Amino acid sequence: MASQAIEYRNRRTAAIMALVAAGMLALGFAAVPLYRIFCQVTGFAGTTQRATAAQAATAAEMARSAGGREISIRFDANTAPDLAWKFKPLQVTDTVTIGQRDIAIFTARNLSDKPLTGNASFNVEPEQAGRYFNKIQCFCFTEQTLRPGQEVRMPVIYYIDPAALNDPNMDGVEQITLSYTFHKAVDQPS
Amino acid sequence: MATTADTFQAHHDDHAHHDADHKPGFFARWFMSTNHKDIGTLYLIFAICAGIIGGAISGIMRMELAEPGIQYLQYWVELFGGEATMDTMGHQWNVFISAHGLIMVFFMVMPAMIGGFGNWFVPLMIGAPDMAFPRMNNISFWLTVAGFCSLLISNFMPGGTGNGAGTGWTVYAPLATSGSVGPAVDFAIFSLHLAGAASIMGAINFITTIFNMRAPGMTLHKMPLFVWSILVTAFLLLLALPVLAAAITMLITDRNFGTTFFDASGGGDPVLYQHLFWFFGHPEVYIMILPGFGMISQIVATFSRKPVFGYLGMAYAMVAIGVVGFIVWAHHMYTTGLDVNTKMYFTAATMVIAVPTGIKIFSWIATMWGGSIEFKSPMVWAIGMIFLFTVGGVTGVYLANGGIDDVVHDTYFVVAHFHYVLSMGAVFSLFAGFYYWFPKMSGKMHSELLAHLHFWGFFIGVNVIFFPQHFLGWQGMPRRYPDYAEAYEYWNGISSFGYEIMAGSMLFFFANLIYAFIAGKKAPDNYWGEGATTLEWSLSSPPPFHQFETLPVIEDHHNYHDHIGDKGSASAH
Repeated sequence: MASQAIEYRNRRTAAIMALVAAGMLALGFAAVPLYRIFCQVTGFAGTTQRATAAQAATAAEMARSAGGREISIRFDANTAPDLAWKFKPLQVTDTVTIGQRDIAIFTARNLSDKPLTGNASFNVEPEQAGRYFNKIQCFCFTEQTLRPGQEVRMPVIYYIDPAALNDPNMDGVEQITLSYTFHKAVDQPS
Repeated sequence: MATTADTFQAHHDDHAHHDADHKPGFFARWFMSTNHKDIGTLYLIFAICAGIIGGAISGIMRMELAEPGIQYLQYWVELFGGEATMDTMGHQWNVFISAHGLIMVFFMVMPAMIGGFGNWFVPLMIGAPDMAFPRMNNISFWLTVAGFCSLLISNFMPGGTGNGAGTGWTVYAPLATSGSVGPAVDFAIFSLHLAGAASIMGAINFITTIFNMRAPGMTLHKMPLFVWSILVTAFLLLLALPVLAAAITMLITDRNFGTTFFDASGGGDPVLYQHLFWFFGHPEVYIMILPGFGMISQIVATFSRKPVFGYLGMAYAMVAIGVVGFIVWAHHMYTTGLDVNTKMYFTAATMVIAVPTGIKIFSWIATMWGGSIEFKSPMVWAIGMIFLFTVGGVTGVYLANGGIDDVVHDTYFVVAHFHYVLSMGAVFSLFAGFYYWFPKMSGKMHSELLAHLHFWGFFIGVNVIFFPQHFLGWQGMPRRYPDYAEAYEYWNGISSFGYEIMAGSMLFFFANLIYAFIAGKKAPDNYWGEGATTLEWSLSSPPPFHQFETLPVIEDHHNYHDHIGDKGSASAH
């Protein structure tokens, strides 16, 4: 009978549509890693880049031929309220030659009487500078643990990619702010 | 459109309704319903109840905002079981704006448009005996009710600073995660899960019904525009709601299970939540207005006694709005730090939507052009909708500009804009549809006088409420605050006065309902006359409990005329 044929078609259509909905649900969750990769690749939302020493050497070569333009870097340090640390840059601003690697030092002191582990989140402003801000070494790559009362110096080795000089979006950018926020690491005994 | 009702009339006479009108008992009929018309009625009753609550909350808000300072919030904090301090009063305000938004979007407009009119008239208009999955239809309705209960319960639960979920309808992290401790936000999110699941099932049901259950001869390009609008809306629901479900599920795990999807301390990003939310949220605004577009098309054609101008253009304009609606979401996020090229793209893509929307507006006007227009109540609501939706559309093009939005973002200008398109665009189409189909659904004629009084009161009222909010926004008054600087007092006072006019006009609406059920004349099959040509007008008012047991055959319009000669001209064309 015809109604059985319709019932079969109805079930098939419904099954396809349910798959579409399930696919969109999966894509919703897949957005989390995809968004992270997108930010890492494009420097979206001021995400900084990681570079090797070899890449840094190449960049320095390029920079020499570009004529040694300088740019000001500002360092910003914050601590989440639940982490009893004092965290600050040794020097608030620095002027670097574009392409030349430089080192910035931050200091962190554990104000509490027990060991505390923190990890740092970071970005730069203005956001379009993210893709040109290359870190060769950074305390933010790993978690940091401080003993009670311990004070440490934390280095960041970085350079600004000379490709920034050719990007119209970087016109008029005279200072880049590198910002860190230390958070209490999630999986530690309190 | 080439579809006609009178083809079916011939069948109508041949087949007596043997047991087509046999109805189950009260409990089985209304609580275990699998009949699309009964479920549609349930949705409409539910939407009216939710609308009363959501509308009452906006009354509370306009009362508080009538003058500067905080006058009434301490009373409401205490009513919901809290202690009135500056913080809890501010929180209570956030709870009101959140509840108003969520109720109006998920429990008033969507159930009325899709669940109510969609359920009632999609099967009737395509000549189907019922929806494809009647039991799933029932589940959809009761899940929506359960979702609404969950949202109401959240108002009495601790939500961080005070009782209730004070997150805004957008439920942004981190306010909705670390910023709101306590079960209120979990209840609110759960309510969205339930309403979302209900809507996804409803969408699957509509798509299956429209694709597979059309009467012989009812091709996609002969379907009434209301059915087209529900089809496009169902696809938007199917593609957008699962993304919201994913986003709010991640909120739940961030809140309760220690994940950090939207928490920077664990490597997450709260801006990602905004992207996910608005990937759903922007299609959602079209979900709320597209069925309204469909109803306006039916009504304008009926009361101009002309087929709608540019039928295919109208149908595909809705498809285009639906498609483009998915690629403009970041225009809600201009102030989150998008670079200039991204803003440029989203500005341009957003403005492109004005093209298919313009096609619709102009086609409605062209439908009226040269028609023999009758200003019956559905028509005045429809014309009011076309006018006011256009006003909201113009401010929409304006706000689409990334540069201008930086200035007026989160001000009352935005509030005015989206109330022009929703509480006038969507709500006017709901009332237009209601007066158009109420006698068909109930079998009783309403009073045209009361309906016109309702219209004029509502029309003046909402304009007095929302037009001054454009000025407030440009003067810099931010959204979502219970208090404001004295400079804003003048227009706020007028806006609150407008609320009273609007609320007064609603008395005519309820009076009209009472009148119709007590003293309304019995509605004939086709009470709007020859302009009403879709299949529902070939049935009795109310239609039999089971209709189209013999499927109607939709023949080509002109062949049909040649075939029957003059016989059918009394009831169509």
